[in-house]
Amino acid sequence: MSEQGMLGIQGIQSAALSAIAQAEDLAALDQVRVRYLGKNGELTALLKQLGKLPPAERPAAGQEINQAKESIQQAIDQRKAALEEERLVRRLAAERIDVTLPGRGQVPGGLHPVTRVLLRIERLFIQSGFRVVEGPEVEDVYHNFEALNIPEHHPARAMHDTFYFDAKHLLRTHTSPVQIRVLETQSPPLKIIAPGRVYRCDSDLTHTPMFHQVEGLVVADQVSFADLKGVLYDFLTQFFERDLKLRFRPSYFPFTEPSAEVDIQCVICDGSGCRVCKQTGWLEVLGCGMVYPEVFRAVGLDPKRHLGYAFGMGVERLAMLRYGIDDLRLNFENDLRFLRQFR
Amino acid sequence: MRFSEAWLREWVNPPIETRDLIDQLSMAGLEVDAVAPAAPYFEGVKIGWVTEVMPHPDASRLKVCTVDLGQDEPLQIICGAANVAAGMKVPVATVGACLPGNLRIKRAKLRGVESLGMICSTAELGLTESAEGIWALPGDAPIGEDLRGWLNLDDPCITLDLTPDRGDCLSIAGIAREVGAINRTPLTPVAIPPVAPSHDERLPVELLAPTACPRYVCRVIRGIDPRATTPLWMRERLRRCGVRPISPVVDVTNYVMLELGQPLHAFDLHALRGGIQVRLAKPDEQLRLLNGEQITLHPDTLVIADTQRPIALAGIMGGLNTAVGPETRDVLLESAFFTPLAISGRARRYGLHTDSSHRFERGVDPELQVRAIERATRLVLEIVGGEPGPLCEAISADQLPRPATLELYPERIERVLGVGIPAQTVEEILSWLEMEVERSEQGWRVTPPSARFDLIHDVDLIADLGRIYGYDRIPITQLNLALAPQLPGETDFDPNRARWCLVERGFQETITYSFVNPELQALIEPGIEPLKLANPISTELSVMRTSLWAGLLPAAAYNRARQMERIRIFETGLRFRPGTGGLSQTPGIAGLAMGPCLPEQWGQDKRRLDFFDLKSDVEALLTQTGSLEMFRFVPAEHPALHPGQCARIERFGQPIGWIGMLHPLLAGRLDLPDDVFVFELDLTPLTPGLIPRYRQISRYPGIRRDLAILVDQEVRYEAVEACIRAAAEGLLRELILFDVYVGPNIPQNHKSLALGLILQSNEQTLTDEQVDETLAVVLNRLAGQLGARLRD
Repeated sequence: MSEQGMLGIQGIQSAALSAIAQAEDLAALDQVRVRYLGKNGELTALLKQLGKLPPAERPAAGQEINQAKESIQQAIDQRKAALEEERLVRRLAAERIDVTLPGRGQVPGGLHPVTRVLLRIERLFIQSGFRVVEGPEVEDVYHNFEALNIPEHHPARAMHDTFYFDAKHLLRTHTSPVQIRVLETQSPPLKIIAPGRVYRCDSDLTHTPMFHQVEGLVVADQVSFADLKGVLYDFLTQFFERDLKLRFRPSYFPFTEPSAEVDIQCVICDGSGCRVCKQTGWLEVLGCGMVYPEVFRAVGLDPKRHLGYAFGMGVERLAMLRYGIDDLRLNFENDLRFLRQFR
Repeated sequence: MRFSEAWLREWVNPPIETRDLIDQLSMAGLEVDAVAPAAPYFEGVKIGWVTEVMPHPDASRLKVCTVDLGQDEPLQIICGAANVAAGMKVPVATVGACLPGNLRIKRAKLRGVESLGMICSTAELGLTESAEGIWALPGDAPIGEDLRGWLNLDDPCITLDLTPDRGDCLSIAGIAREVGAINRTPLTPVAIPPVAPSHDERLPVELLAPTACPRYVCRVIRGIDPRATTPLWMRERLRRCGVRPISPVVDVTNYVMLELGQPLHAFDLHALRGGIQVRLAKPDEQLRLLNGEQITLHPDTLVIADTQRPIALAGIMGGLNTAVGPETRDVLLESAFFTPLAISGRARRYGLHTDSSHRFERGVDPELQVRAIERATRLVLEIVGGEPGPLCEAISADQLPRPATLELYPERIERVLGVGIPAQTVEEILSWLEMEVERSEQGWRVTPPSARFDLIHDVDLIADLGRIYGYDRIPITQLNLALAPQLPGETDFDPNRARWCLVERGFQETITYSFVNPELQALIEPGIEPLKLANPISTELSVMRTSLWAGLLPAAAYNRARQMERIRIFETGLRFRPGTGGLSQTPGIAGLAMGPCLPEQWGQDKRRLDFFDLKSDVEALLTQTGSLEMFRFVPAEHPALHPGQCARIERFGQPIGWIGMLHPLLAGRLDLPDDVFVFELDLTPLTPGLIPRYRQISRYPGIRRDLAILVDQEVRYEAVEACIRAAAEGLLRELILFDVYVGPNIPQNHKSLALGLILQSNEQTLTDEQVDETLAVVLNRLAGQLGARLRD
């Protein structure tokens, strides 16, 4: 190769390297590549001229050209990587968003507080092996009263403020008729709870004409009042997620004996006395007792052989204590500003 | 039942404080509802003697009184009461005294005359609601004594909220028995020696309804003093028990009722015509009651009658014509036993509820009548004098309730309570409760006292043992009763999952009343006669809903009226549908949505919700059955819905619900906007669903071809889809409808449907020829069956 030829290669190489270094973007870089390494590029042209050299010079010249080509290619690759990196950084910078803007799309609604409480009660008892059953809300006098040992004219019937349709049909005043319906169709041993709507013909500050109860019933060969205390203690401490003092106060239900009303230590004031517990430190939360022989007899079971316990609780009362709802009527006004607080 | 603690303590006086007494009562099943002193707080009120009354020089209504308070100097007090007179003993609030309502008594000048205190009425002392004039205290009231102390006005008055089984505790005697049993304190009951008759006048008594009234005791008392008044001690006791004093004879009957639990009645002997008959009312008989009301008697009502007419509603209220009045000199006292069944519900029927009916309905001790009338006679004689006749007692002994003797076994006590009670304790408790206890081979034979109507089975005795022994001493145990697990079917429709599904899709759950407005109900389903309540709380809530919409629509209107634009609510519950096979009470789920599709937010269009938005919510619910393919949305009409935007939802051809736009007329009536959408589904037919069945996933790529076709507007998409699926069967993996267009550039009455078909085979990669061939079949069928053609 001539002096000129050698200088030519070096010249081309250094020109190329400086062009590469100056290429500002990938497109410019590609132009540099085409100019020197492309089909009609300057180095390619030199290679094509290789045949014109004397055969003895050809290997050395070829090697020289290839070396130049390689170094240019390497420089291009490096530059390309650098430019790509730069481009990515720019793109990422350009794509920056305000992550504090609110999310888009549908916003979930929520369950009614009464349902929330009901589902929680159901889950708790299902875990203890209870089955959830339901009964009709339009009931007959037999299931709502007579079979539960509340004959016509019984003072307890007057206390129920019943909605009637006719002499024989009514809106159930409690979930207890489900006890009868279950015992009529299933044989003990059994453990059930019956949640649902109940109705009383009473409407004022502290009463709504419809509310919810959960009835529980366990019947077996051997069940005692002590077991009843146990299940309710477990239920109430789990429900309120805290250890609570409980008080079983003797009471009366025509369909249980012994019967009790259960008070819990006030969850608002911890028993020191407040408006909610009327300064007594206690809150009445449910009624319970041992299934009365007349009830067993009404469904054709032998009261000497079977024992059972039953309990019933007001769901709105528990919702009130759990969520601080201080006006029962809110539950059925369905004001979205109220409902949306429960999600 | 309200009673005075001091009175109770005359009967039984355990060494405990009021606080403990109250706790004991509540924990023994006699729930204490309230405790209040016999008088509200006041102090500085003394007993004064009015020695002189002079007219006020400058005020005709005022008097200047000189009152002796036992001090060196009498006080001058101005009084405006008409009844103030010299010689009266009166309560005097002295200067510095504090009266109820935080009224402080100061030295005052009334129209220029000085007054050093105030002579009080019972109302001013908070003892009564109102009063006529100042309180005239009895002549033996000690001058200068503190009134509060003298009358024991701090005596706690305890109100019990008694359960209906404890009629035996509607008296001081009954409560005393309980308190005695709890504290093991012997009773000191009032002695009731029989009264010797001073004449022999008897009245014939006929028990014509002996099941209802097996015992009737009466006595004539002649020549009572009509001017006598009830002594203060009795008036006070009555007042503290919540009974208003009326007249001496009536007060005595009330007093004995409170003391012993036996309601009594007194007739004016001269108003009676002939003897007494206790019988059922005859049809259309009339009676004017003590309260002035004239009632027509129902033949199931027990009455007291003379030989001509009914004179009292037995056990409930006396008649006006035979009532004891200010002129009465001769009375007939009645003390009877009426069975609970004969009285229950009768008072209520006539809109009455009396202390007497309250007791007879719950059960009065059938052995009490003679003692009660002896006690009453003695009190009458003490207060108003008179000549007592002999006791007249009519009995139908066979009909008198006799307490059953119950067998009680120790094992049974332990089985029921979950704790054994020592035999000696059992016997003690039962004896304290005045039961006769006799040992038997395996336990005891127990006979309850005649006052207890609630002890019928052995468990009733066990309950009594439990409550006196103490419920708190019964342990807490865990029942070990494992039952076979019962899992609901895998494809049973789960209403809770459905609830959550709607919640996630932005719906808020509501709970509305099951009884609804009949007018709205009729607009929603005019074809159904809903179940009507006989005694609704209001006409707006008087029929049972046949559709959940009857509750959701007013709930939406309620919120719309409170500036809520976007409402998405749902409810689950029973619908009550009368039908030929009787009433069906079936669970349903229903939803309502209106307003913008999405809550207002940035970067989204503000499209209002339409039919298809709600349809996707419904489809999401139906998908929970495992397959949407079971269901069809069939164009149909519903009275509550827009006829052009309404579908009946069917499962395998069976109707299970509705979806549509609320009819604009109905929306207008409820002040709702025009675009309210609702749906309702029956829950029961959603079970069973389908258990998922795995299908092979192809290893070969799918090919998508898009088609735009023109069809007549009347052609339903459902038909287009069915046609394509049938034509491309085997290869069609997915069919996507990605545009529906009506408008310029396509022929009138036509719509353009843009469809994406994804074709795929399990055996091979499809070739262009295979795809073209399938598409040709599809287009051919669309053209042939539906007149569809490719859009240019």
